[in-house]
Amino acid sequence: MTLDTRLTDEQQQLRKTVEEFAREVVAPASYHHDRTKTFPYEVVKQMGEMGLFGLPFPEEYGGMGGDVFALCLALEELGRADQSVAITLEAACSLGAMPVYRFGTEEQKRTWLPQLTSGQALGAFGLTEPGAGSDAGGTRTTARLEDGEWVINGNKAFITNSGTDITRLVTVTAVTGETPAGKKEISSILVPVPTPGFTAEPPYDKVGWHASDTHPLSFDDVRVPQQNLLGERGRGYANFLEILDEGRIAIAALSVGAAQGCVDESVKYAKEREAFGRPIGQHQAVAFKIARMEARAHVARTAYYDAAAKMLAGLPFKKEASIAKLVGGEAAMDNARDATQVHGGYGYMNEYLVSRHYRDSKILEVGEGTTEVQLMLIARDLGL
Amino acid sequence: MNIVVLVKQVPDTWAERKLNEGDKTLDRASVDVVMNEIDEYAVEEALRIKEAQGGEVTILTMGPERAVETIRKALSMGADKAVHLSDEALKGSDAVQTSYALGKVLETLEYDLVIVGSEATDSRMATMGALLSERLGQPQLTGARKVTAEGGTVTIERQTDDGYAVVEASTPAIISVMEKINEPRYPSFKGIMAAKSKPLTTLSVGDAGVDEGQVGLAAAPSQVVEFSNKPPRQAGQIVKDEGDGGTKIAEYLASQKFV
Repeated sequence: MTLDTRLTDEQQQLRKTVEEFAREVVAPASYHHDRTKTFPYEVVKQMGEMGLFGLPFPEEYGGMGGDVFALCLALEELGRADQSVAITLEAACSLGAMPVYRFGTEEQKRTWLPQLTSGQALGAFGLTEPGAGSDAGGTRTTARLEDGEWVINGNKAFITNSGTDITRLVTVTAVTGETPAGKKEISSILVPVPTPGFTAEPPYDKVGWHASDTHPLSFDDVRVPQQNLLGERGRGYANFLEILDEGRIAIAALSVGAAQGCVDESVKYAKEREAFGRPIGQHQAVAFKIARMEARAHVARTAYYDAAAKMLAGLPFKKEASIAKLVGGEAAMDNARDATQVHGGYGYMNEYLVSRHYRDSKILEVGEGTTEVQLMLIARDLGL
Repeated sequence: MNIVVLVKQVPDTWAERKLNEGDKTLDRASVDVVMNEIDEYAVEEALRIKEAQGGEVTILTMGPERAVETIRKALSMGADKAVHLSDEALKGSDAVQTSYALGKVLETLEYDLVIVGSEATDSRMATMGALLSERLGQPQLTGARKVTAEGGTVTIERQTDDGYAVVEASTPAIISVMEKINEPRYPSFKGIMAAKSKPLTTLSVGDAGVDEGQVGLAAAPSQVVEFSNKPPRQAGQIVKDEGDGGTKIAEYLASQKFV
């Protein structure tokens, strides 16, 4: 066992580069996009130029030749400043491009990956439905084979990056038949955007993540070639679960960024703001609150580093990924609540970063498997 | 076109900067360090010229061991190789001595252009371009907001108070650039990984042929004699607008001789 959680020089440099980018380019535009609920196209374009969308993919498909941990470091730094921007990158990599890279044919990879890894196009993954999330049996969207084409009908819900001007691909899970055991056979199918019959409905009116693009999707006799099947027929859900485990680590990293961003803002504010004749950070009630926030961020970071290390070493990491997602989401939400408290009335004003973290962080306890789903997975791992 | 870019590591511009109580040199140890901001523009300009015309970009840095971090950043942006002049004997060197030491290294390099940032955020001498020009006997083109290099000629637009002047020189030449010149890129992850294997030569004063007796704090022609912290900010003056706010502002500006 190696017990070294220090970053390599290259990892540190990547972290620092993204930190600078987040401070200089992302943060100045955040309030505007949050307030106007607009997608930050100009920021995404620059992220593409830096190669962030290609971080975990090999160079032959236009990637940067890094790994999921490199992506995590970038997500943490972006998450400190702007969760919407971070989730845009996370979803584009983990949900948009990764399924194609992992399960696609060579031709599918050559068609899709270069545009996705360069950030010129965004991909989305449509799994969740109005009546089904982590429960695959509830899937109602169907795809039937007709004259060498899949004909897709149904609805998807809460799909990130699915309706931007640069969205070019939506991969959907759909019922394609029945298994010998009488269960639903679920497969993944690539749907290029635009395709007749596919509609990204008007965006959701969300509590937070205002600059992230999220839509309900409808499929009305959407026809795509038979060879758009992604991976083996009937393996659509199983394949996706595998990807979801990795995605949890990435979401955990984003959450740690949010938790750390709350610490940073609070430390800065507690040194400046005075009450009862001294900076509020010199009052124990405030100092201890911030110390606890720092501890939460640190523990959550350690958890995702550990899960990522196990994954990259080829070891089992499902439980660790769930733990990282669980403690990460909770650290973000708890820190956001405490940070707004430290900021007093200003913390309730939308132009303060901590208020945005307060609105944004709740979804980290819900998206990509709720806290309860993580607990269920951990309990299962314990044989319960 | 082969270009050498001088890059300096400085204390983070956003951090509180201090001088050491003892020898009154800059405290570099206790603060975060970054690449001098304007040097990023110098690196970017060199890379753009290289990308358009070919050639090699070499980074030259004088500084303690830790300056390697800054050199790596320049390499990850896309420079090809680097030379790091690093020696205890150099500690405390002022601008004149630094130009002597850097000049010694430059004499051993082949280049068409040397590009420097117009000033460093720590000492703010803004003299390196001129000092090197004198040492090397090569023309200096300072304060460039645009550079065009072709064949054996380099032309710049030199920023002036009321416009710009076009200045031309034959190569090799020394150029100092200002922030207006471009928008520096962020290193990509591929660039960061590639930087690891790019050649980095570390030189001691002996290796560079620098006379140890001429560099360092003890031999420095200029010395910091005394320093004090800047006075705390005074409370501002608040003027209530009772319909004559504009007049009061104009009076204040006049009293301070701004208008």
